[in-house]
Amino acid sequence: MRTGIHPGHAGRAMTALTLRLQDEVFAIDAESVREILDVVPITEVPNANAFVGGLINVRGRIVPLADLRLLFGMDRPPPDVNTRIVVIEIDLDGEPTIVAVLADRVHDVSEIEAATIEQAPKIGMRWRPKYVHGIGKRGDEFIIIPEMGRIFATGDAGPSVSQKRG
Amino acid sequence: MTVMDPRDVFHQEARELLDQLEEALLDLGTSSDDRDLVDCAFRALHTIKGSGAMFGFDEVAGFVHEFETAFDRVRKGSVAVSPPLVQVALAAKDHIARLIAEPGLHAADGETILKKLRAIVSSDEDSGRSDSFAPADAQASAAEPSRVQSPLQTWRVKFRLAENALVLGANPVLLLNELRELGPCEVSVAVDAVPPLESIDSEVCYLDWEVVVSTDRPRQAIDDVFIFIADGMELSIETLAGTVAESPRDDKAATTKAVDVDKPRDSTGAGAKGGTSVRVAAERLDELMDRVGELVIAQARLSQLAVASDDGNLKNVAEEMERLASSLRDTTMGIRMVPIGSLFGRFRRLVHDLSHDLDKEVDFVTAGEDTELDKTVIERLADPLVHLIRNSIDHGLEVPSRRIAAGKAARGQVRLSAVHTGSEVAISIVDDGAGLDADRIRAKAEEAGLIAPDAKLADHDLFQMVFHPGFSTAKEITALSGRGVGMDVVKRTIEGLRGRIDLGSRPSGGTTVTLRLPLTLAIIEGMLVRVGQGRYSIPLSAVEECVELPRDAEAGNSGRNFLNIRGHLVPFLRLRELFKTRTAIEPHQKVVIVSAGESRVGLVVDQVIGNSQTVIKSLSKLHADVENFSGATILGDGTVALILDVAHLVSFGQEFESRLRDERIGRAA
Repeated sequence: MRTGIHPGHAGRAMTALTLRLQDEVFAIDAESVREILDVVPITEVPNANAFVGGLINVRGRIVPLADLRLLFGMDRPPPDVNTRIVVIEIDLDGEPTIVAVLADRVHDVSEIEAATIEQAPKIGMRWRPKYVHGIGKRGDEFIIIPEMGRIFATGDAGPSVSQKRG
Repeated sequence: MTVMDPRDVFHQEARELLDQLEEALLDLGTSSDDRDLVDCAFRALHTIKGSGAMFGFDEVAGFVHEFETAFDRVRKGSVAVSPPLVQVALAAKDHIARLIAEPGLHAADGETILKKLRAIVSSDEDSGRSDSFAPADAQASAAEPSRVQSPLQTWRVKFRLAENALVLGANPVLLLNELRELGPCEVSVAVDAVPPLESIDSEVCYLDWEVVVSTDRPRQAIDDVFIFIADGMELSIETLAGTVAESPRDDKAATTKAVDVDKPRDSTGAGAKGGTSVRVAAERLDELMDRVGELVIAQARLSQLAVASDDGNLKNVAEEMERLASSLRDTTMGIRMVPIGSLFGRFRRLVHDLSHDLDKEVDFVTAGEDTELDKTVIERLADPLVHLIRNSIDHGLEVPSRRIAAGKAARGQVRLSAVHTGSEVAISIVDDGAGLDADRIRAKAEEAGLIAPDAKLADHDLFQMVFHPGFSTAKEITALSGRGVGMDVVKRTIEGLRGRIDLGSRPSGGTTVTLRLPLTLAIIEGMLVRVGQGRYSIPLSAVEECVELPRDAEAGNSGRNFLNIRGHLVPFLRLRELFKTRTAIEPHQKVVIVSAGESRVGLVVDQVIGNSQTVIKSLSKLHADVENFSGATILGDGTVALILDVAHLVSFGQEFESRLRDERIGRAA
């Protein structure tokens, strides 16, 4: 049974991989996660969009490495022992594409109750709303659910992205 | 993996059959009495009809049926093949293609084509029959009056169906019934080949039939029973004692393996080889190539470990792995290779139509159809070649009257050939037309400011002007000397395939266009260099030489970025500036001289590491905007290296340099 991210649709929980980027906890749909790697050598792509400025080798496949911290205006300290690379599959212009994202730390896979997921508020958020799909709650903690499809749709060209919500 | 839509299968199959049909028709245009060709065309038609009806393309099936009925007279030999007939048949073939592609849109055109076809077929016939056609056997007897009264003859027909015949829809019972219609039959069956129950494949026919049939019909009638299932079956037809001599057609060996005589002219891919072939989706081949690429990379790492270790066994295993991996890579690349003949076949139709439309008689000669190229290369070559051939016929070849006035044969010739040269394939299009008009090109180029008015240019360099975008659209030159429209697109496509294009011409002696292409796109020989901490691969085919960067140029503030290479000025680009490398400048920098199009450019790097086989992987869409790199590869140590796109890099560098110059001038002012 597939459980997607559908805030506002009652009764559907989300199984998500939670990870930390600086001070915030993010949740990525667990079904899209292919694997989690330790930090591997990263090849810089000169003159590329800094958000996807690197390439890594994932089992013989060359995969773009994205740094979500850049989109969310966070500091970007160099990798440490807790840094991980999360390999996910996303839908890029209708084509399934493998991308990797840096995480300062990976927490766990957990259920996020549908009832606790809310639409991203229009105000009170320093991040661009189009990159945030919803905000979940776990205990006292807020969990940001990023809108992966839109984040990766050509990096920053937001308007061309089709609405995925039905 | 999803199950393939049967309609897609039909589309694919129909496309191949239509190609086969077209080829047979075009061949018939030149050798009009070849029975095998007629049969081949007829078989293709019949199969399209059958599978069309099966997959619900009723319109197609209906039209083909009518076409087939008319064409049947040709097959029976009652109507000779003539150029107008071939013309109409080709039109009908196109119509079928349209019906399949866009059902329901073209129904009206069909009737016109059929009318023409019927007119040709019936006017050709001696007996002057009306438009309605008599049943096939009556036809046959009318056409072959000598056999009408042939006495009763007894034939022994032995046949065994191809293994896959049942899967393909053959029904032995129907075959036997058809034989029975010819005359009284004695049927016996041999069950020797039937395996034990547990190993029986329910879809394979294991039976051998022997039928003794007495009939007054010619041998042809018996052959016809099997005509549509002849592929792969064993069939022997012999007369029994006491009957008349065999009919003329039996001068071939009485026992014929269908595979051998089936399609003597089929040069399209696997069929020509006579062996069995498997149809595989292209994506699977790509996937296989990816896996092999990974294996090659993993093997390189293993070799590195083995070299560093003292373990003799490990070294042995690593060596064996290396051998296996490289032969596996060669085999896999071989699978992707397709003979270019499949592509050449398509152009025969183009030439046929053009020569008809333009009223120019053209001999189209092809050579080197067996030359193999990566399938991706072949697919992308189609459009440029269409363009070049059209240019040759439309603009290159003169009209017959002018050819005769120039002392040439009235028939022009266009020759398309392919040949292997080293790791390249050279494809040339040669015509014996008027040739390029060097003076007009020079005038035009001067007018457009591409060359200085007094510049001395070799013809070779002058001809390169026609590839200049915009140059080609100039109306005057197109009308006069001909070449031009879209040549820049041709050039871009060829360069996109990492190929080159040469142009040669003699006044009134014709034009030669030669395309040089790498054998494969999947693996290249690369030169590995280091810039800062990044390693990059430069396609070795673009590299001309490596030199040391002169000491005085190292600092990078001398204001001139030119090298003197044996008396020629070669501009150079500092990759570390282009790539915004942050590490400190190292001493003893090297310059790799690469050629991009007509110009040579030096690329300044920190270190030249060496040559390596490079498995090219394309970058994802996320990096589509980064034009300096044509792809990436994985090095022996598992890290990723980017592959430089030399052509783009040079234009990027030129922009960068002019921006730098502007900045400097701005600062100085």
